[in-house]
Amino acid sequence: MWNDPHYRALFFQILVLGAVILAGVFLVNNTISNLERQGIASGFSFLDKTAGFSIGESLIEYSEEDTYGRTFMVGLLNTMLVAFIGCILATILGFIVGIARLSRNWMVSRIATVYIETLRNIPLLLQIFFWYFAVLRALPSPRESATFGESFFLNNRGLSYPRPLYEDGFSLVVWAFIAAIAAIVIIARWARKRQDATGQQFHTFYVGLGLIIGLPLLAAIVTGFPLSWEYPVLKGFNFQGGKVMSPEFVSLVLALSTYTASFIAEIVRAGIMAVSHGQTEAAFSLGLQRGPTLRLVIIPQALRVIIPPLTSQYLNLTKNSSLAAAIAYPDLVLVFAGTALMQTGQAVEILSMTMAIYLLLSLLISAFMNWYNKKMALVER
Amino acid sequence: MEEVEVSRHSDKEMVVSEDVMIELKAMHKWYGEFHVLKNIDLTVHKGERIVICGPSGSGKSTLIRCINRLEEHQQGQIIVEGTELTGDLKHIEIIRRDVGMLFQHFNLFPHLTVLENCALAPIWVRKMPRGEAEKIGMKYLERVRIPEQAHKYPGQLSGGQQQRVAIARSLCMSPKVMLFDEPTSALDPEMIKEVLDVMVELAEEGMTMLCVTHEMGFAKTVANRVIFMDDGEIIEENEPQEFFNNPQNDRTKLFLSQILQH
Amino acid sequence: MAEQTQNYAPGAHPDLPPPRSEVGVIGWLYKNLFSTPLNTVLTLASLYIVYLLVPPVINWAILDADWIGDTREACSREGACWVFIKVWFKQLMYGRYPVEELWRINLAYIIGVAGIAALLIPSVPYKSYIGAFMLFIFPIVAYFLFVGDSFGLMWVETPLWGGLFLTLVIAITGIVASLPIGIVLALGRRSQMPVVKALCIAFIELWRGVPLITVLFMASVMFPLFMPEGMTFDKLLRALIGVMLFSAAYMAEVIRGGLQAIPKGQYEAAEALGLSFWKMMGLIILPQALKLVIPGIVNTFIGLFKDTTLVLIIGLFDFLGMSQLASTNPNWLGFSVEGYAFCAFVFWCFCFGMSRYSMHLEKELHTGH
Ligand SMILES: Nc1ncnc2c1ncn2[C@@H]1O[C@H](COP(=O)(O)OP(=O)(O)O)[C@@H](O)[C@H]1O
Ligand SMILES: [Mg+2]
Repeated sequence: MWNDPHYRALFFQILVLGAVILAGVFLVNNTISNLERQGIASGFSFLDKTAGFSIGESLIEYSEEDTYGRTFMVGLLNTMLVAFIGCILATILGFIVGIARLSRNWMVSRIATVYIETLRNIPLLLQIFFWYFAVLRALPSPRESATFGESFFLNNRGLSYPRPLYEDGFSLVVWAFIAAIAAIVIIARWARKRQDATGQQFHTFYVGLGLIIGLPLLAAIVTGFPLSWEYPVLKGFNFQGGKVMSPEFVSLVLALSTYTASFIAEIVRAGIMAVSHGQTEAAFSLGLQRGPTLRLVIIPQALRVIIPPLTSQYLNLTKNSSLAAAIAYPDLVLVFAGTALMQTGQAVEILSMTMAIYLLLSLLISAFMNWYNKKMALVER
Repeated sequence: MEEVEVSRHSDKEMVVSEDVMIELKAMHKWYGEFHVLKNIDLTVHKGERIVICGPSGSGKSTLIRCINRLEEHQQGQIIVEGTELTGDLKHIEIIRRDVGMLFQHFNLFPHLTVLENCALAPIWVRKMPRGEAEKIGMKYLERVRIPEQAHKYPGQLSGGQQQRVAIARSLCMSPKVMLFDEPTSALDPEMIKEVLDVMVELAEEGMTMLCVTHEMGFAKTVANRVIFMDDGEIIEENEPQEFFNNPQNDRTKLFLSQILQH
Repeated sequence: MAEQTQNYAPGAHPDLPPPRSEVGVIGWLYKNLFSTPLNTVLTLASLYIVYLLVPPVINWAILDADWIGDTREACSREGACWVFIKVWFKQLMYGRYPVEELWRINLAYIIGVAGIAALLIPSVPYKSYIGAFMLFIFPIVAYFLFVGDSFGLMWVETPLWGGLFLTLVIAITGIVASLPIGIVLALGRRSQMPVVKALCIAFIELWRGVPLITVLFMASVMFPLFMPEGMTFDKLLRALIGVMLFSAAYMAEVIRGGLQAIPKGQYEAAEALGLSFWKMMGLIILPQALKLVIPGIVNTFIGLFKDTTLVLIIGLFDFLGMSQLASTNPNWLGFSVEGYAFCAFVFWCFCFGMSRYSMHLEKELHTGH
């Protein structure tokens, strides 16, 4: 029986499983007795208890009387806000730098190379510190703010910017915008059908651009510009009115997006380079011009290479946003795994919840990646 | 090198007209300091089938790639159907529409099906309705004898089939001249013939062809002129019969003796 | 043009120099910087950016900087105060490690650098012995040197460790320890046994899915709860365990990539020779796979090296933590930029050097086949 691989495998697996279970029981037992000894409660009932601390910035209503559950939500939303804006900025910057890296202009490609090699070889936390302590906190006081057109004010309290005030009729503008998007979708379909039927091409891009600017503008004119701005004004030592982005938020977003952009740039470059030069030549020799060649031949192939590592950069950015804790931006890790944990002492529950959230995100993204790869895999024999 | 048997498919005479299709006058090209093409003079008439041969690195590919401006020349003139190739994008566009090109490595678009490969240029360059473009695509796929592969992706085809798709894709633009850059040298021997057969048919239908190849059987059967290049120059050009039986230049003799010995 | 009209015999055409606009400085400038109007605009814009950034940085860092002296008062000029770095240099490098014991760290550095150099220089013989020494003996030697408390060496508690030294200890321990765990996990993930496979996947995906900082939090607050009553271990060790688990998961994926790249024929050939599973892995597959993944391991190490800065959040004073601490010293307020610049420079040198090395290896692998 010993030499039968099936039994050996079975025996080995039972052994491994047993060891894992034993280790688990050992740890759980220790934890339970430690918790008891230290008088720490367990279970998730703390989520309904009053947290009793305030949070500097929040996307939803939050006060000291709110519960830990609410704290969790505030932290999660702040994390998601940073991650969302960071991903958008990193994508824009990363694509620009990546394409610049491939530029035939020597200066441009050199500058892109220096950008990439500098940023990706310096720890992110150091960059966050740099932006926060050396740049944003070192800015002048509100009285001596740097100002852009008397509506944006940058100072050591952050970035003050005008707050939009929506008046009656603004909903019409929003609807016009939505209508423009719908119209573009319809026009794009129609243009494609017409091209399929008659061969005539249609400048969907320019028409779309016109619609998406024109329709809301028209609505705004009709309703008499129902949007006004409340400008920040210096009153005493600080600005009143308008809105403020905290220095923590600004430096975190800046550092995350510039750092991640250096990785995205390399991904973009590799993706474009992965499409062999022969593809361009074949398209050119069929008479396609530069624009259609890019749109129909190069980009579809490059995107297949770019998108999977790009999503994993988004995931990295989201996970890295947890470094917020180091400069006290109230993200999930700081308010929940930091403050709430210190107050309740319920490390096991709180850390599990925090880690589970990140894990869930990762699993969702990797599920997307698998799906995308399967869908896009070039059929080969 | 084993010579692949190539035979004619019809008795139709392949006529060469007086009309000039391509004209290269005192053309020079450099890669940096390296003088690749030296003083090339060549006139191609409508209906001609020219085979270009020569040792590797002699500038054959560079020469035919200059004709549709995949490479830029620095001196002299290239005139295709009366349009001179300059930096002018309009001229390049006009010429590329009329000049088809086949590559050693096929360069099919892997993300499109065979039929989509064929229909792409008619739709976006000739501005045809999709239905019509696909009809043309099917017509030429039938001509290269693989209509049944129309909905597969290039990666699913054999090398010979891929090169035939590439020929069909080129034909869909109804080119007036076709350039071939060693179209069979990446293929296994049993696939070479299927591609050469298609090329013979093209020649019989009167296509003007410039073909870089070492398939001497093809040159003997189809070509009306053979050009030998070495070191960036046209060393010798002649009718195939004369070229193979009675080469003039020593370098040509050496090359032929190397390529023809088994 | 003269050369156009001249006739040469076939095959006798000489190589002529290209038209002047094609080569030389002018040709290069034209082609790479000014070939089209757009190109010219881009070039000028880039030059402007360089003009905005480079001179001020050079002025600050070199021309206007203070280099001499050892008090704050020495920094009177506009530029950087490198005196700050000079004064704090020992702390930045070694933390609060006793000064008279620093030779222990330096000795370990010397052995380490010599060993790695011997491994990297192709002509040095006995590579496998040196490798085995570096992998198995050196960590033990380094441990006794750093901790002391035996062989007549003074005991140095880990809270005194810090600076670049601590950064290196964490990163190198993390990577070396994660290698064997990573191998086991990678083999497990490719195993036919469902239980083993599931456990390995769960382990790998768990650590790869969460941020390092939560792992470090877990190490600092949850590990003590896991241990039986009365048993404690110090903060550094807890952080090390956290870093190890974390990097083992990444390492496992790197190694799995290498295992996947080994052609099936190699497995079949080994099985046909009648080798057992472990012999097949140890003698045939792993040596090939590990060689393939060295660039990947170096890249993982670069990532980990940068990530070690996170330990400052749980209160360890690594290189960055130390410079942060120095710049909050009441006597030296206002020099944080100098601290960051120095830190960034050192990190950059390490990471850039390693990434070049890994690229070089990758190239070698591609051409070597
Ligand atoms: N893009 C290029 N840059 C520099 N040299 C090149 C380039 N392409 C080809 N060459 C050189 O030009 C010469 C002619 O190349 P090619 O036309 O491809 O020769 P053939 O097709 O006859 O084998 C060769 O010596 C080759 O090394
Ligand atoms: Mg060639």
